[in-house]
Amino acid sequence: MRSVLGDRRAIAVLLGPALLVYTLVMLVPMGWSLGYTFFKGNVIEGFTFGGLGNFDKLWHDPQAHSALWFTFKYAIAVSAGQVLCGYLLALLYVFVLRKSSAVVRTLVFFPVILPTVAVALMFQKLFAVAPQNGLANVALEGLGLHHGDWFAGAGGSFVVLVVMDVWRSMGFYGVLIFAGLLDIPDETLESARMDGATGWRLIRHIVLPLSAPVLLSSVVFSINGTLKVFDSVLALTNGGPGSDTTPLTLYMFRTAFSYGDYGYGSTIASLLTVVCLGVTLIVFRFSRRDLTKG
Amino acid sequence: MHKTLRTRRIALLATAATASLLLSACGGGSASGSDVKAFTLTINDDNHIVQQELTTLGKGSCASQNKALPLKIQTLPIGNVDQKVQLLAGQNALPVQFAAGGTPQLTKTLDKAGQVLDLEKTLKDLGVWDDLQPAAVKTVENLYGKFNVMPYQFNIEGIWYNKKLFADHGIAVPTTYDQLVAAAAKLKGAGVTAFSADGKEGWPLTRLISGYIYRELGPDALQAVADGKAKLTDPAYVKAAQAIADLGKAGYFGKGVGSIDYDTAAQQFLTGKAAMYYMGSWALGDFNDPAKNKIGADNVGFMPFPAVAGGKGSADQIPANVGLPVAVSAKSYNAKVGDWLSCISKNYGAASLKDQGTVSGFKPGGDTGTLPPLTQTVQDTISKTKTSTLWFEALFNTKATETSQTNAAPLVNGSLSAKDFMQKIQADLDNG
Repeated sequence: MRSVLGDRRAIAVLLGPALLVYTLVMLVPMGWSLGYTFFKGNVIEGFTFGGLGNFDKLWHDPQAHSALWFTFKYAIAVSAGQVLCGYLLALLYVFVLRKSSAVVRTLVFFPVILPTVAVALMFQKLFAVAPQNGLANVALEGLGLHHGDWFAGAGGSFVVLVVMDVWRSMGFYGVLIFAGLLDIPDETLESARMDGATGWRLIRHIVLPLSAPVLLSSVVFSINGTLKVFDSVLALTNGGPGSDTTPLTLYMFRTAFSYGDYGYGSTIASLLTVVCLGVTLIVFRFSRRDLTKG
Repeated sequence: MHKTLRTRRIALLATAATASLLLSACGGGSASGSDVKAFTLTINDDNHIVQQELTTLGKGSCASQNKALPLKIQTLPIGNVDQKVQLLAGQNALPVQFAAGGTPQLTKTLDKAGQVLDLEKTLKDLGVWDDLQPAAVKTVENLYGKFNVMPYQFNIEGIWYNKKLFADHGIAVPTTYDQLVAAAAKLKGAGVTAFSADGKEGWPLTRLISGYIYRELGPDALQAVADGKAKLTDPAYVKAAQAIADLGKAGYFGKGVGSIDYDTAAQQFLTGKAAMYYMGSWALGDFNDPAKNKIGADNVGFMPFPAVAGGKGSADQIPANVGLPVAVSAKSYNAKVGDWLSCISKNYGAASLKDQGTVSGFKPGGDTGTLPPLTQTVQDTISKTKTSTLWFEALFNTKATETSQTNAAPLVNGSLSAKDFMQKIQADLDNG
């Protein structure tokens, strides 16, 4: 084996095709996109070199700032919701429902496989005030709470968006963390119980530290997914009202493909890349600490 | 040494392969007149009139043209048409006919790049120029700077009202804006939604703003903004946005206007739940359809956007547009396409009136059948109109158009001030 991997020719033959495909479908478009950031113009009229003009524009563009802020706000709210609900669900599966959790697990997981557009349409109707009051409004009004038009303001739209995305994906995180919790040896739990740890103390001192690795993976998954949110926003609010729920991805897409400004669109894309890279680095820095000793 | 050479050779080979692949990918497909296989049309899926009418012509009057070059229609959601057209234009692969999109700006850009057929010259060469309505030609020229789209539709816009609801509440047809507001107040007091409006798409709301602007400042008011002589943030323009925001604040659009889409808005008016409905005459198809129109076509009246007291404009300056104009690709033009265009020019006008009950920019040369009274009213209004105006976003770039339409609902539900609304659009105009 060593002799095969020591042979450069063998390495080239083994890695070459994969590397070539990767280069073609990943690195070249990325480089291409990075190149676009220095250009102005569009596909119809052609491109002219614009230097750092696009970056300057990005720095001063209030819409880009609000899109960036919305992206962070959304990522934090939805990630927290997803992981927290997922964790609670997993605890429910393992400690309350135990062996009979299969049915509940399936039901809660079901929204994960539904198409986003269908879910978004359903939530639009649930929270609608016109042409008729949606079910969510009817229920709230039954409790004496009157909200009015959820989609009329930034706050209401954001709440519906977060509720929808947490509902849609908590089943996935529930199963992910459930798998992690199953790895905790029964003996450990048993001995902790014999030592008198029950309820919250058992979870705080035994379950939480032992499930820290899977929890961290969930957070990484969740943050990376939510920073790149696109489909649910597009289908539920289309970035509105106005541009109040427009994340960077949607702003980038619109700039490049609706307004035909590939250069500036690529510049926004590069900002998104930097954000994702930064967040991933931060998360991994935390992950290097041994959480069991926290 | 031998090994490194070989590695280098492999690396070189890989680079060459990559480069050649990339180059071939960039080449794209360039269509030229000689290899056009079909009379293709790319159009948004919500526009049924043009598709249906061309299909009908292909089976009837233009059957021989259709045999020589079969009609092939591709539909897309309206938001994707512009994207597709831009991408295809970049590859020189535009379909023969394509919807000219959300803003005239895109067609102007395409024209600059030599992608759009000069229809004035073409139709004159084909000897069918006289089959066009002069008013439609004028409107196209206002919009595009020259005549380079097929005017498959020609519309006027204004406020359609429910005659019965007006009579029941003792309201005379408003001739000034103040009377309009008073009428709305009276209707709201009686529990009737004054205006039904598609706030989801936003444009029916912004057209009220331009209506006010034209009445207050005259028919050149938005051209002045396009030329940089005025700004939307000027107090007179902000006042118009404020007037429409006030309608929303008073609740005249009903509940949740931002969630109401085109069909729901139309339905509200046609089922008698709303008394007024700002719309273009393309809605005649719905008005004349008893299955959709529950209040009856006799019950629908038309009034132009009323005059604003002390304003420079007047109510006979009616907004006109060519609906969804369709441009023709310059690169895929050939004799067979020419045959199609000349057959369409001769027959479309009459066929569109007869089959769809809608007015087009072509003269109705043949048998039009008996026109429904409402269609006749529109025809008469068109022939009487001397000065026409454009819609709010007609001279905006794509980004400003979208900003305007997506922020219309926040403007009328009070979450965005009139000043900020105009400021946002002006910023996009300045950066465009």
